[in-house]
Formats: sequence, structure tokens, C-alpha cells
Amino acid sequence: MIPAQFDYEAPESLEQAVRMLHENGEDAKLIAGGHSLLPLMKLRLAAPTLLVDLRRVPGLHGIQRENGSWRIGPMTRHADLQDTPELGVVAKAAGLIADQQVRNRGTIGGSLAHGDPASDLPAVMLALEGEVGVQGPNGTRTIPGAELFQDYLTTAVGQAEVITEVRLPALDGWGYGYEKFTRRAEDWAMVGVCALVKRAGDGSCEDVRIGLTHMGSTPLRATAAEEALRGQGLDASSIAAAAQRAADGTEPPGDLNATPDYKRHLAQVLTRRALEAAAAA
Amino acid sequence: MSTYVGQAMKRKEDPRLITGRGNYIDDITPIGTLWAALVRSPEAHARIVSIDKSAAEQRPDVIGVFTHEDLAGDFAAPMPMIWAPAGVEIKTPEHWPLAKGEVKHVLDPVAIVIGTDRYSVNDAVEDVIVEYEPLPVVVEPEAALEDGSPLVWESFGTNQTHEWSVAGGEVDAAFADADVVVSQRVVNHRTAGAAIETRGWVVEPRGEHVTIHSATQIPHILRFVLSLCCGIPEDKLRVVAPDVGGGFGSKLNVFAEEILAVLLARRLQRPIKWIETRSENMAVTHHGRDQISYVEMAVKRDGKVTGLRVRSVCDLGAYFMALTPFIPELGFPVGNGAYDIPAVSLTFVGVFTNKFPTDAIRGAGRPEVTHWIELTMNKVARELDMDPLEVRRRNFIAADDFPHETALGIVYDSGNYQGTLDKLLARFDVEAFRREQKELRERGIHRGVGFSTWVEVCGLAPSRVVGPQGVGLQGAFWESGMVRVSASGTATVYTGTSPHGQGHDTGFAQIVADRIGLDPQNVNVIHGDTDQGPWGWDTYGSRTLAVGGEAVARAALKVQDKAKRICAALLEAAPEDIELVDGNYQVKGSPDKSMTMVEIAGAAHIPPQELPTDIEPGLEETSFYDPENFVFPFGAHACVVDVDVETGKVKVVRYVAVDDCGPAINPMLIDGQVHGGVVHAIGQALYEQVVYDEDGQLVTGTFVDYALPTAAEVPSFETDRTETPSPTNGLGVKGIGEAGTIAASPAVTEAVLDALRPLGVEWLDMPLTPMRVWQAIQAAQNGGAGPRATEQGRALDEHGGGAAGSGPTGPEEGGAA
Repeated sequence: MIPAQFDYEAPESLEQAVRMLHENGEDAKLIAGGHSLLPLMKLRLAAPTLLVDLRRVPGLHGIQRENGSWRIGPMTRHADLQDTPELGVVAKAAGLIADQQVRNRGTIGGSLAHGDPASDLPAVMLALEGEVGVQGPNGTRTIPGAELFQDYLTTAVGQAEVITEVRLPALDGWGYGYEKFTRRAEDWAMVGVCALVKRAGDGSCEDVRIGLTHMGSTPLRATAAEEALRGQGLDASSIAAAAQRAADGTEPPGDLNATPDYKRHLAQVLTRRALEAAAAA
Repeated sequence: MSTYVGQAMKRKEDPRLITGRGNYIDDITPIGTLWAALVRSPEAHARIVSIDKSAAEQRPDVIGVFTHEDLAGDFAAPMPMIWAPAGVEIKTPEHWPLAKGEVKHVLDPVAIVIGTDRYSVNDAVEDVIVEYEPLPVVVEPEAALEDGSPLVWESFGTNQTHEWSVAGGEVDAAFADADVVVSQRVVNHRTAGAAIETRGWVVEPRGEHVTIHSATQIPHILRFVLSLCCGIPEDKLRVVAPDVGGGFGSKLNVFAEEILAVLLARRLQRPIKWIETRSENMAVTHHGRDQISYVEMAVKRDGKVTGLRVRSVCDLGAYFMALTPFIPELGFPVGNGAYDIPAVSLTFVGVFTNKFPTDAIRGAGRPEVTHWIELTMNKVARELDMDPLEVRRRNFIAADDFPHETALGIVYDSGNYQGTLDKLLARFDVEAFRREQKELRERGIHRGVGFSTWVEVCGLAPSRVVGPQGVGLQGAFWESGMVRVSASGTATVYTGTSPHGQGHDTGFAQIVADRIGLDPQNVNVIHGDTDQGPWGWDTYGSRTLAVGGEAVARAALKVQDKAKRICAALLEAAPEDIELVDGNYQVKGSPDKSMTMVEIAGAAHIPPQELPTDIEPGLEETSFYDPENFVFPFGAHACVVDVDVETGKVKVVRYVAVDDCGPAINPMLIDGQVHGGVVHAIGQALYEQVVYDEDGQLVTGTFVDYALPTAAEVPSFETDRTETPSPTNGLGVKGIGEAGTIAASPAVTEAVLDALRPLGVEWLDMPLTPMRVWQAIQAAQNGGAGPRATEQGRALDEHGGGAAGSGPTGPEEGGAA
């Protein structure tokens, strides 16, 4: 509960932030809302010697609609996402993160860069097929959501790179559902499911995407379930049949609250419920 | 006489506490304060091969690093365990503040580092290199009793600490003559106190004198024990409990760190501070419960329970804290529950394991007993195909049978168990519920109800009953109260009890205000400082009001008597003709002749010529009250839950509590205690569990894994009361702080079972986590092999036994005898 000693900088430009990260190497860590990093530091599971705080860097906040997508500043708080219902499933998932105090501090960029498979926004990012823009010592680049999450707490964002924006397709006309299963309201998901459904003119499933939270070392797509539903009717039995495939190919980690078997079962139940909500929208 | 008593006064202490103007332990930092941090074992059981302090000692910010060997000459005595029952040998290990040669549980303290600030002293801890030689570990109490188990204390040759039994009535005959014997193995798992404020202390030496400010429930007992362990006379020790942020029993102990505080302050002659981290709090502040009980009830066909026999295996951890082996037995006085059971036999077997010791956590022995009895009563009802409430009615001790001596020789002071149940059922229409339950079930919603008709023993304690020549506690449990009226007519009350959230400042002010004729706003309550007011026995065991409040009330009546004598002398009347009416001391029949307390207090301090010299100046009285009996609050609770049978998740949707703690001093304080107590039990029933893995590592070391429920997990509570006065004390009151915790776990558990019974689930041990409930449903649906609950992620049989069916008298054999 007492972190090791560290230095703290709050640069006023992105370039300065990138330079500090670059010059200090692995010992430097970015801090945004601090609600993932600081607990790790207090438990001494992380001991960076330099924290680079993004709070003074201009242009990293806000939610804007641009053509067919949303451009969200990485320092945008979960509470702001929660209060923007036009964001659809993003607003819904953000509103279920931890408790209001955490949502007032935590940021979308921090959550995506941290890459915790038990966090809500990574699976939503994956299902939406969004992307992040990053800036590093060698300039800017774009990382697609599908390539962002590489392993447990490991993302494709480089050590000296900063997420500068999060772009999420608006998916107008799609229905959505987000089901999060926890023991207590404030907990991380034991399993979470983000379902997006596009209904065809004849009422069948034109397209579907399913993101899974905490079913592996990264967020996952339930591709078998997606394939089972795509082109099928959106009636209860088709949804139920597709949901039975939700955990196919997953190897979820067991923990205190859930064995891998139980998690696979939860993924099926929650996928069915999330698809039903998405199909009803 | 009651102007203020009985009113739902808002807590006087709250404006200060909820606006950040409290004075908690971490608010205290004298100039020049050093900081302490502890080097703790990562092993659950190991021999200490070597300790290399050199790197830490060389740090410029470190004042010193101290091991057991460094301080051995300073320790005057090991940490005491204070239960010595006649005729029972209790294997009691030497317990020192720092490990001597071996560590016995994870985070066992090995050394203490003193440094100049909080951060660097924690850095320095990492520089102390300790080499450990791991030893075999045992974590399951029933496994620990088997031959060949690793031994926690090699020298004892066994892990069994003691066996203590109590019995009354013809137990064997009751079982021989029973129509039916119902059996059940019941687990009351390990929980933590989890107070919002962790422990901590600030210690200030002044030459030979040492003051320790500690986040404790027990300043007076702490001073007494520190004096023994540190070899410092009590007159040179002062213990101050500042505002304390919750205890729930977890601060009812003398902890290793407190002894180190006093010794190092004396040695270094500098103020030192230590604030326990949350991780330490989860691991090295004592836990509670942790019993596996084999319960048997002998029953007649008409539903009459004729015998109760219980054998409980109690996991006590690796060492003894002050009361460790006694806490399970503290449940024995309510071994009968609310029922007139003529023959009862209880046996408690204590066991060492490589875990932190258990000790008193809210309820302390009584929740365990209530959980057995209430759930076994339900099982009796099912066995006989009777309504569980009807079985209770047929066995209740009758309202006209009090005081009632139970089979175990305990005298229940007063009660009306049928009365609280009737009042509960007036609020909770069982027939309407059953109709609703049926309709919901047809729509796939699984709703259930559970009841608890509980009784508690509290108001600790009649000293001669529980003391050295009685139950064997090496202490006494009377209480003191002192009331001082100032020259300007305000009052200060000193109590030997020591609150940590209960509301003494308000409730005691109401009691005193009525008795001396002042407004409660002009009555200040002082506590928690051994240099102020008379000796006392602190706060635990729901004793504050029934023992401490009675002492304060008696002191206030003495003040009233003296005030009447002063008033009589000045009004030229006889003292017996003065009466206190609406705050005025007036002559009977001549209400125009009167004085206020302000006027009387002035005369007491600056005596006028008219005041006879045989009336001593001043207006201050003390009372010491030792109760003749315990008090026995009781009540009836109903819990309604919905179970998501697809996922196993339980939601409490309604909770109704009708309790009886005698005449209410402040109904709002009672409601607050009931709400908190019930949440505590809902926590145990559905959420909270201290889990160690097979290597003795603590899995639930943070609030991420130790699932304390929050406001989001509980419903709005419906509370009501009946008021049956206790004959034990003048106020007629009984404790209510632990009541909800004692009452609620069987109601919650039975509600879940009631919801799941159509699916074939017959038994569940707490905590009823989603996975455990889901697995029980799966097992019941897949072949009726009986429910097989799991221990949060692991099969229960890895944990030394399954839920139902694995005991010596498994429930499946527990039918007709």
C-alpha cells in the first residue's frame, strides 16, 4: 500500500511526453486516470521510477462525431462516455465500470493501453472494430483494434508511444447489448459480453459481432457464435443456438470466483442475453 | 422521567465525523515522528535460517532494524491468552511480537524497521534479507486432526489445542427415544472484520512515561496487557483511543505491533507511528468464525425437539490472541436457540493451522450457533413435512416462562419469541408470498424466503459468571460511569466503554440528560483515554448500553440525588419532597418553588451561605456496575431473494427485521445497528470469505478478492421492534450491535434454498457465491448425487470435506432413526 519512490512529471505537450518516455525507457510510465496503475504501484507490483502525467497535454479530451465514426480523446473519462448515450454500447459499458468514483477518474485511453482482459472497454473496442492513433518518437501510426491487445496487460502501444485518439465506428442502425457478470456492482467482470447486431431488411441477421471480456489473456471475438448467427433469423432459438458457441476455442483463466468451465457457461448465457438485447433494439 | 430517552435523536458526533473533522489515528503526527514498518514472512510455515539487516541499517533514513533477538531482553512476558477454564488443558504456544526461530503463517512479523518517513521505511523493509527453510503446511482443520498431518507446533505432538464440552439434560436418552434424528454438517467459514479504518498507532515517550494512541476498541485492557508484556507500571502508561473507524471485534485485541510500539518508543525516546496497510489488515488482524459443525437434533413426530448434540471443529490458526480458543464457546449460552430443548450437548475442538488466529468478530460464536440451529430447524420441518414456522412455534420458550433456565443452566432473562414472530408476520404475509412465488416460478423467476427466529446472549458480562472462578476468563466485565456537572451547569460523562461507531456520544447523553435535568446538547461524553475518568472494560460483546449505559445511568441518578439535596436545602424543603419535572427540580405540590440544574450546579461549586456545610461541594458522581446476568435480545427476521438459476447469482430483494432489545433509548441508533449487522451477515452468507490456498498463501488479500458487499448489493431494510424489558438492568435494555449479524445468515441461506428446492438443491454452505449456487444446481439436476458445492474455484473435497454428506452423520443418512 506504500509505493516505491518515483519521480513525477506533467509535461505540457505531446512531444515533451513522448521525449520523456523515450529518454527514460522502461522505467517511465504514462499515467492518465491512475486507477489501474496506482493500485499496482501501491502493492509494489509495479515500480516505475518516473510517472509522466498527461493531464496538462492539450487536445486529449472530448468526444466528436466525424462522418461515420466517433473520435474520442484518450483522456476522456469513463463518466463522460457514460453520459453520452449517443455512443450506444460504449456508453453502456462505460457506465458499468467499477463505481462512479473510478469512472470520474479513469480514462478510455488508459483502459485500452493497460490491456486488462477483465476490463470492459477492450472487448467493446474489439467488437466495434475501432482503432487507436498513437504518437511516438518515430511519428504517428494507427493500430487497429484487432491488433491492439497482444497478451495479458500487453498491447501494441510502444513503450514511448502515447495514444492520441480512439476512433470507433458509429455503427448506425446496429443494435447492441452489453452483459457484465460480477459478484458485486463494482467488480471487474467475471465474464462480459458485447454483442452488436445488424438486422437485414427481411429481419434476419445481416451481420453480428461479439466481444468477450475476461475469457482469455486478451479480449476475444466469439467468432464461432458470430458465424453461427450471421445470415440466420434473429429468433430466440437461432440466438440460443449461436450463443452455445460463444466459448468455442477459448481457454479462460480460472480464479477464486470462477473455474474455466463456469466461465464458459457464463459466456454462453451472457452471449444469449446480449444478443437478445441487441436483436430487440 | 423520559424526555429524551426514546427519541430518534440524530447522532451528536456525526456533523464532526462526516465533515472531515474527526481525529482518527492517522490524523495524529507529533513533530519529529519516526515511522515503523514490518518485515513479514512470505512463507506460511518455515524455519528462519538467517536475517541480514545490514543493507537496511546502512540506509541514511533508517534509525534501526529490530528482530526478536534484539528485543528479547525488553519483552517482560509473551502475549497473553486469557482463558483458563477449570479442568481443561489448552495447548497454548508462546506468542511473541516477533517470530522466534520459526514463522507460522503468511505475513508473520520477523523484524520491525524504524525510519524517518513512511515511504523510505517501506523501502528499507525490502532491504532486509531473510532466509527461510520452508516447513510443511496445514490449512484445513479436519486434515490437521488426522494422523500424519504436518504439525504447526512440533512440541505439542498434535494440532488439537483443546476440547471443551458442556451438556445438560438426558441427551443420550433424548436421541434413543427420538422419532426422527436430523443431522447436518454446517460450515461457518472464515471471515474478516474489515473495518473501514485499519489498525495503527502513534506512540509518544516522555522519559519513563509512554503514551500510545491506538485505533483500538480496548484502551483499558490494552494498558493492562502492555504493562505486563513491556514491564512498565500502568501509572506510566497512557492509552488513548481517538476516533476509531469501526472495529467489529477486529480491534478487540492486543496486537504484536502495539507491544513493539511501546518498547521501541521507550528505547529510542522518539515518537513513532505505524498505520497498518489494507493488505496487512486482511492478513494479520484476526479473523472470525471458521468452524465445521456436526449437528444432530432429536425430534418427536409432533415437531417437538427433544435433544441437540453438536460437535464443532474450530480452526484457531497458528497462535492464540487474547480470546482465540474461547470465541467458539462464547456461543454456548444460546445453545438452545429460542427453543425449549430439554437436552443439549455441545463440544468444541480447537485446531492449530498455518493461518492467522481467529478471535472475536461481530457475533463471535453466536452467529455460528444460530446458523446451525435455525437451518437444522428448517430441516426438521421438511423431515416432518411441517411448516418451518410451526415447528418453531411448537418449540419456542413460552412468553410466560421467563426468566427461563435452559438445559445448559443459562437463565434467559426475558423474552417473547412468539410476539416478535407475530409482528413480523403482520408485516410479511406468508400466504401472499407463496402465491407470488408460484406465479413468478411459472415465469422462470426463482424467488425464495427464509426465516430466522434468533436469540442472542450479550451484555458482557456478570464478572463472577465469566471470571476466573466461573467460565475461566482472567478478567472482569463490570463497567464504570462518571457524571461531572460543571459550575456553569453543563455535564461531562466519562464511560469506561470505548466506542468505534456505536453512537455513545448521543445515547449516553440522552440517558444522562433525562436523569439530571439538562438538554443532551449540553452533555458531553468522554471515552477512550486511560488518563481520564475511572477504569473500565471497554467495548465488545454488545455491552455498551446494557452494562456501560447502566453504570452511567446510576452515576447520573447519584448526581440527581445530590442535586435534590442542594435544592432542598436552598428551597427549605425536605430532599424527598424535591422532584425532577421537565428539567426543573421543584417542590412537590409547589411547582413555583423550583431550581434548574444550572442554578443548582452554581450553588454546588460556589456554595452560598444557606447551603449546609455537611453537603460537600462539587457535583460529580461515579458508579461501578457489575451485572448479575447477561441480557438476551431476540427477534424474527425474513429474507427474500431471487436466484438467477442460469448463473447462480443471488439478489436479496426484501429484508424484514423485527427485533427486541428492550425499551429503546434511541430508535435511530437501533435501526443503524440492525442495518449494519444484517449487511454484515449478508456479507458472510453471500459474499465474504477469507481463503488460503493449500500452501497457506492468503488468496483474499485485498478488497478485490475479499468481497465486502456495498450499498449496491443490499435492499432497503424494513425494521420494527417489540419492547420486552430486561430485568437484568435498571434501563431494561439489551445489546443490539451484534444482533443483525447473529440473526441473518440462516434467513439468507434458507431463502436461497427455498428458491432452489424445486430444482433439487437441499443444502448449501456459505458463502453462496454464484459459482457455488450454479454448481449445486448442476449437481442436483445431473443425477441427484446430492449437491456438491465448491470452495470458490476449487472442489470442496480438496478442502477437507464436501458440503453435505461427508460428515460422520451425513445428511442423507439423517432421516428416520
